Amino acid sequence: MRTFKRFLVNAGLVIALVVAVGLWVRMPWIGAVAIAVALVFWLVLARSGRRTLSVTQVGLSTLGQRLGASSVIVIGIAGVVGVLVALLAMAEGFQSTLQRTGSDDTAIVLRGGSQAELNSVLGRNDVDIISQAAGVARDASGKPIASPEVVVVANLPKKSDASIEANVQIRGVGEQAWALRPNVTLIDGRRFKPGLRELVVGQGAQRQFAGLTVGHQLRLGGQEWTVVGTFVSHDSHDSELWGDVKTVASAYRRGSSVQSVTAKLTSPAAFDTFKAALTSDPRLKVDASTTRTYFAKQSENLTKTLRIVGLVVGIIMAIGAVFGALNTMFAAVATRAREIATLRAIGFRSVPVVVSVMLETLLLAALGGLLGGLVTWLIFNGYTASTLGANFSQVVFQFRVSPGLLWNGLKWALAIGFIGGLFPAVRAARLPVTTALRES
Amino acid sequence: MKYLHLIWAALFRRKTRTILTIVSIVAAFLLFGMLDSVRTAFESGSTSAVGARRLVTSSRYSIIQPLPQALRNRIAAIPGVRKVGYANWFGGVYQDPKNFVFSYAISPEYLDLYPEILLDPAQRKAFDATRTGAVVGRTLAKRYGWKVGDKIPLQSTIFPQKNGDKTWPMDIVGIFDVSKDAANGLDQALFFHWTYFNEANAFGQGTVGWYIEELSDPALADRTANRIDALSANSPNETKTQTEQAFQASFAKQIGNIGLIVVGIMGAVFFTLILLAGNTMAQAVRERTSELAVLKTIGFSSRSVLMMVLAESVLLLLIGGLIGLGVASALGPLVTQGSGGLVNLPSLGAATWGMGVALMVLIGLLVGALPALRGMRLNIVDALAGR
Repeated sequence: MRTFKRFLVNAGLVIALVVAVGLWVRMPWIGAVAIAVALVFWLVLARSGRRTLSVTQVGLSTLGQRLGASSVIVIGIAGVVGVLVALLAMAEGFQSTLQRTGSDDTAIVLRGGSQAELNSVLGRNDVDIISQAAGVARDASGKPIASPEVVVVANLPKKSDASIEANVQIRGVGEQAWALRPNVTLIDGRRFKPGLRELVVGQGAQRQFAGLTVGHQLRLGGQEWTVVGTFVSHDSHDSELWGDVKTVASAYRRGSSVQSVTAKLTSPAAFDTFKAALTSDPRLKVDASTTRTYFAKQSENLTKTLRIVGLVVGIIMAIGAVFGALNTMFAAVATRAREIATLRAIGFRSVPVVVSVMLETLLLAALGGLLGGLVTWLIFNGYTASTLGANFSQVVFQFRVSPGLLWNGLKWALAIGFIGGLFPAVRAARLPVTTALRES
Repeated sequence: MKYLHLIWAALFRRKTRTILTIVSIVAAFLLFGMLDSVRTAFESGSTSAVGARRLVTSSRYSIIQPLPQALRNRIAAIPGVRKVGYANWFGGVYQDPKNFVFSYAISPEYLDLYPEILLDPAQRKAFDATRTGAVVGRTLAKRYGWKVGDKIPLQSTIFPQKNGDKTWPMDIVGIFDVSKDAANGLDQALFFHWTYFNEANAFGQGTVGWYIEELSDPALADRTANRIDALSANSPNETKTQTEQAFQASFAKQIGNIGLIVVGIMGAVFFTLILLAGNTMAQAVRERTSELAVLKTIGFSSRSVLMMVLAESVLLLLIGGLIGLGVASALGPLVTQGSGGLVNLPSLGAATWGMGVALMVLIGLLVGALPALRGMRLNIVDALAGR
């Protein structure tokens, strides 16, 4: 009967735990702060709270004797948080690089059904119709701010190892491209001259590939091209090489066709007018989207994959860490059995004992979470990596360890600490006083 | 071996502690098994032995640049080339743009170049005889519920037909299996006739994406590749020929350094594990100080005490690690099946098992070393007196 009751209590604990962790995961930071404040008030003001505080102090003062075992909790949780935050930072960095590339007041037009520029073809006539459509902004001289663009992929040797060739994206752009993307600024050299085989290179591409410094010649499409400038844009254009659209198209034998038209809209609200004008035109069979949705969609798959991988790896590691914490805290409770039994014998109730063991575990867990987050931030914040993007070419991006991610990591750490501390705490409270006092 | 029961008894002296530690070890090796199988799957194309017998010829300038189909006969005439086939990337989607299908328009010889593709001879005959015929991998067919005899509308994200329609009707005439050494993902491919593709395609008539050559002797790879590239040197369609292994390796490298990521994660995991298991072993030996002293008193040598503690920690790691790898290898096919082939977690290869066991023994020795030395150096008198 007693074992059955104990079993019921344990099962109840597990269910309560699952619910608590579920709520905790969804909780915004303000809720967590509220809990922390409530806890502090209870500790300082309530009678049982002050008792808890004193029991916790005793526990913490003996922490030095259990340094090795306690470091298992700290390091274990630091590992979980570090790996989790690093993987999520990779996802976030890639996503934010692509998202920054787009805006709500520029639209990109592709042939109907093509999901990436590489798959799309638009004829000369299409370009004219799209540029003249309603909703497209015009510059001071009345010309529409729209750029017909060609995207080709070339093989270039990597800087890190010249024997490895990787794909780089070459974008042929129209004259209005600079007005269209005001965030693209030259930091070295000059712009290419239309009609000449000249290129300006993005800073990201320059760092990844060999031979992209200003003044260098490179061979593309069987012809010699000169690098005349370097630009920086802090988005996915950073991974590209830009040249004149007609010159690039002729070098790659594209005739007068292009792959996309990007147009500046008079306002974000004008997109609907613009899209309606294109879809109602019987001469066209195209898809228009704002560049924000277009680039956000490109990052969707990889970001999702990375998030899932991060979660799966994080959960498995967290399971390992929970059992490590359980082990440590059970041992801690066992070594302090006499002391806890003495407290109980002189009249301490079980709540202060339970809470003090929990507090100790949570403290160690928080320490681990902070350590893991800090190490990841130091190593990975701004770390540059590259992968294959939607156009079969390298997209350079930087890891982004944001405050939100660090907070997320800390939440995981506290959840692990909570689970790892609860059962040992309950065991401590249930310790039969007489046997514990007698045991040596 | 005769001490096994003694070691076993020592290991489970404190059941809770040992079991909790084992669960942590299981988690670590479960992760190791899964990540390492992902890594091997990723690199599978570049390590398969059949891949070394084949060359890939693509445009020198970029992967998207097509090559003239006229090159085929000139490549076939080169000594050392036994067979040559070609293919085009079709970029197919089925019903919804999200349902991506790895689809290729292939020349008749292409299927002969890939002995990994196991297609029933009758179905092969049907494929050769049907202009709009297509053969699909078993996993792909399962995902969309395709059967032999189905007519499917496959859309291309790249190529419209001459009438502007982007839907290409195809008849499924065969479903193939793949042999064990096939590159990952081959059982999710769809192949159809290049001639059908070429006739109906609106743009780029007479062009192919890449050529595949089978070598009569893998040792001739470099020489043959140079000869093939020499055919089109200084033409507008210069080519680059490399072994299929090298081609796939360079492609995998572009997606990212998966190996490095896996090593990074596992480094963090195993570092924690060493600390955790080391702590358990240290506690275990500290607790048993007097027992070890008794063992020494009744005649066990210091060396055998050392060996016994080491064996205990290796055993701890082996129990947890083998369970972990076992779970990983059971979980892989389950995930693959549950996601309908969308996520492909192959079961663990012999290399992963081998490396896993080596790691278990290594970590076991490492975490056991300090406690074992302590046990060996034990002074009987002090230990029995509890000093």
